[in-house]
Amino acid sequence: MKVKYFAWVRERIGKPEETVEPPAGVKTVEELIAWLAGRGETYAHAFETPRVIRAAIDHAHVKQDAAIAGAREIAFFPPMTGG
Amino acid sequence: MSANVTVRIQQSDFDIAREMAALTAGRSDIGAVVSFSGICRGSEDGASIAALTLEHYPGMAEAEITRHAETAMSRWPLSGISVIHRVGRIAPGENIVLVLTASQHRQAAFEAAEFMMDYLKANAPFWKRVEGTDGASWIEAHDHDDAAAARWTKS
Repeated sequence: MKVKYFAWVRERIGKPEETVEPPAGVKTVEELIAWLAGRGETYAHAFETPRVIRAAIDHAHVKQDAAIAGAREIAFFPPMTGG
Repeated sequence: MSANVTVRIQQSDFDIAREMAALTAGRSDIGAVVSFSGICRGSEDGASIAALTLEHYPGMAEAEITRHAETAMSRWPLSGISVIHRVGRIAPGENIVLVLTASQHRQAAFEAAEFMMDYLKANAPFWKRVEGTDGASWIEAHDHDDAAAARWTKS
């Protein structure tokens, strides 16, 4: 699946998007965050406070208990500050 | 998308008078247009700033704003909505966002404009980075923006 990062999540990880293949045991957004956080220092820094991370699956906001099965694109970003 | 819902995300500035004319062109049933403009302040938390840089999630931002504009169209008796949100580098005094709501009577237009702005502040995928005098930092989200957005979900 494709993952995208925005704002300081993108800056900390050092790239705007990538394709990842998490193991089968990773079933929810929350579990995907934990798995990504284990991929290295930059990821651990980006996801150091998981509760503040917002997520979207295929362009729709989701809660962290949402299932990731069938997702084409999952995005992670900080709370939004538009308007 | 309804023919009378316009959503644009762009780097360039917008002309409020031109957008208002486009929203009301050829119609004699509109009695009220409410216009909200968000403008870049010259200071943030008391410290002066050089500029804001706005980042967005292309695709999702347009889809989310359009979905909320359609919700507003079904919730209030509106004739049309235009939302223009700028991205990229924006200097103090420059426009950031425009919301126009048109209706037969003013109350629906006022309420729908507030609904759209409360939504944009808390839930539209945009992020502001501020260039200060001593480096750049991301603006933090405010709880009061979440509370403002949440009040529309109770009724």
